[in-house]
Amino acid sequence: MYVAVKGGEKAIRNAHSWLAEERRGQPDLPELQVDQIREQLAIGVARIMAEGSLYDPDLAALAMKQSRGDMVEAIFLIRAYRTTLPRFGYSEPIDSALMLCKRRISATFKDIPGGQILGPTFDYTHRLLDFNLMAKGDMEPAQKTQSDINKSPHILQLLNKDGLIQDEPRHNAEPADLTREPLAFPASRALRLQALARGDEGFLLGLGYSTQRGYARNHAFVGELRVGIVAVEFFVPELGFAIDIGEIEITECETVNQFQGSKTEPPQFTRGYGLVFGQQERKAISIALVDRALRWREMGEDDVGAPAQDEEFVLSHCDNIQATGFVEHIKLPHYVDFQSELELIRQIRRDAFVAEANQ
Amino acid sequence: MTLNADPNSSADTDTSYNFAYLDEQTKRMIRRALLKAVAIPGYQVPFAAREMPMPYGWGTGGVQVTAACLTPDDCLKVIDQGADDTTNAVSIRSFFEKTAAVKTTENTAEASIIQTRHRIPETPLNENQILVYQVPIPEPLRFLEPRETETRKMHALAEYGLMHVKLYEDISQHGHIATAYAYPVEVENRYIMDPSPIPKFDNPKMNNSPALQLFGAGREQRIYAIPPYCQVQSLDFDDYPFNRLRAPQSCEVCGSENSYLDEMIVDDAGGRMFVCSDTDYCSRRQAGQDAEPEVGQ
Repeated sequence: MYVAVKGGEKAIRNAHSWLAEERRGQPDLPELQVDQIREQLAIGVARIMAEGSLYDPDLAALAMKQSRGDMVEAIFLIRAYRTTLPRFGYSEPIDSALMLCKRRISATFKDIPGGQILGPTFDYTHRLLDFNLMAKGDMEPAQKTQSDINKSPHILQLLNKDGLIQDEPRHNAEPADLTREPLAFPASRALRLQALARGDEGFLLGLGYSTQRGYARNHAFVGELRVGIVAVEFFVPELGFAIDIGEIEITECETVNQFQGSKTEPPQFTRGYGLVFGQQERKAISIALVDRALRWREMGEDDVGAPAQDEEFVLSHCDNIQATGFVEHIKLPHYVDFQSELELIRQIRRDAFVAEANQ
Repeated sequence: MTLNADPNSSADTDTSYNFAYLDEQTKRMIRRALLKAVAIPGYQVPFAAREMPMPYGWGTGGVQVTAACLTPDDCLKVIDQGADDTTNAVSIRSFFEKTAAVKTTENTAEASIIQTRHRIPETPLNENQILVYQVPIPEPLRFLEPRETETRKMHALAEYGLMHVKLYEDISQHGHIATAYAYPVEVENRYIMDPSPIPKFDNPKMNNSPALQLFGAGREQRIYAIPPYCQVQSLDFDDYPFNRLRAPQSCEVCGSENSYLDEMIVDDAGGRMFVCSDTDYCSRRQAGQDAEPEVGQ
């Protein structure tokens, strides 16, 4: 006799303790410490902070440990945690021109005021496995430099002095908050950039890449890519002025894109923009490419039907927590729906056989 | 820094989160959306769904609606596929046991709030009950028109021709309307609404129901509602009227001839058996406590 599928509660409990054991791995090896993850897997930690929308390297490292290195799962842990946090208010806009840059490059100018700083980058490493890392090895201290915080203007601002690049309109309006209001279309550029900053790196990389391969090509150069520390200020009404409440590391990318002009306006270059927590150059560049593609309407360009131009498509699908939940939910039971389809298809087939027999 | 405790870490009620997990501000925002939804039956109200500690697509919309409705005196029942003991139902029930310490039950008649995925209980509901549906895709027109900007316009203008054409094409191709679950309904002669992926067998139970029916779609950030005693009509044509669909067998455990059945493969020769999908209904009938309700309305 059939025994109903019972005991879900016990199975879940046992599954969780099995998972905890698998996470720990071989017990005779030392357990991974959260501060080791924070220090030695910093780029992964940055991704968790960015897509989790919470700047806290310790919690991001904890999430990576708890999720066994599953990045989307770690991002999910951070998102679920952050929604429970009280909101005290919004910070003042950060000023990325006043960045303490550890990396600052321009692909459009050979030399720039304040200088190019290569900084800690994989760019020119030969991708050869370093077997020394399998053993413990001491390192020589590195020769380092950092930008002069007061002498690192945005490069594209310099172009702008000659009117060669389109000026971005300044807004003092409070930007909408994606995490507090339901997303509605059309979305403002500020809201789009907000969504892209927490969007999935892989998804945005693919979309950015597609623009380079002709799906809404916009001929981008990296005008400037900078990575470094900026101060975060918070306006305190009781004091009547803004105070520093901390600093964050960010990556900012401005692209110079194909110029446009008309009979009344002389041609100008245009821009794409990407900003993301931590050192995440791939993501910042991808955001800038997608941002520029999404601006087709405002630039008076054609909608060529490319995915990267489609605001609803991009914004509705770039969030990996939404995506992973819905994609993975099809492993939940669907007996009831499947049963209804089974009955329907049996009915249709029955009718078809009867009709055939009657002919 | 103080960290809130992990809600999964203890079997007891967790006091490090607010009652029913969500903060009061968020609950107020959801209640406002619910009130609007009740005022405009079948209309999808946007709301700022929060990330929940369970994945999108696993009932986050339903969980938020339940959290916003729960009071300490409530008695909660959670079902998935009609059953109280499926893993996701177990998980959601224990979430509220931990965060709200409310009484829970498997008995449909005893519950004041029932959160469900994919079924409406067989036992008729009453005026003191709220049925909360988990909704994956709230937009009934979504698979005909993927753009939200377009579908909102279509609802605003009650421009539902596309849906009728789809149903007509089904009939001309298959001889039947080829939708077996999430079968679209019209609410109070105005909005076309997705009833969530319940089998169309359950659709008639929505009509003129004494219970309040609330629908939560977390990922898609929508809430909608059917107030008590509302007219809910499954879409059909005069010459192709709506029909309920269930396996023609009777339940092999309780013998019910009217309940919705799950089909199971019981041996490697493809042998089948049919059992009630509503586990509470089935076990009460086995105990001789429930008579067979009338089919239909």
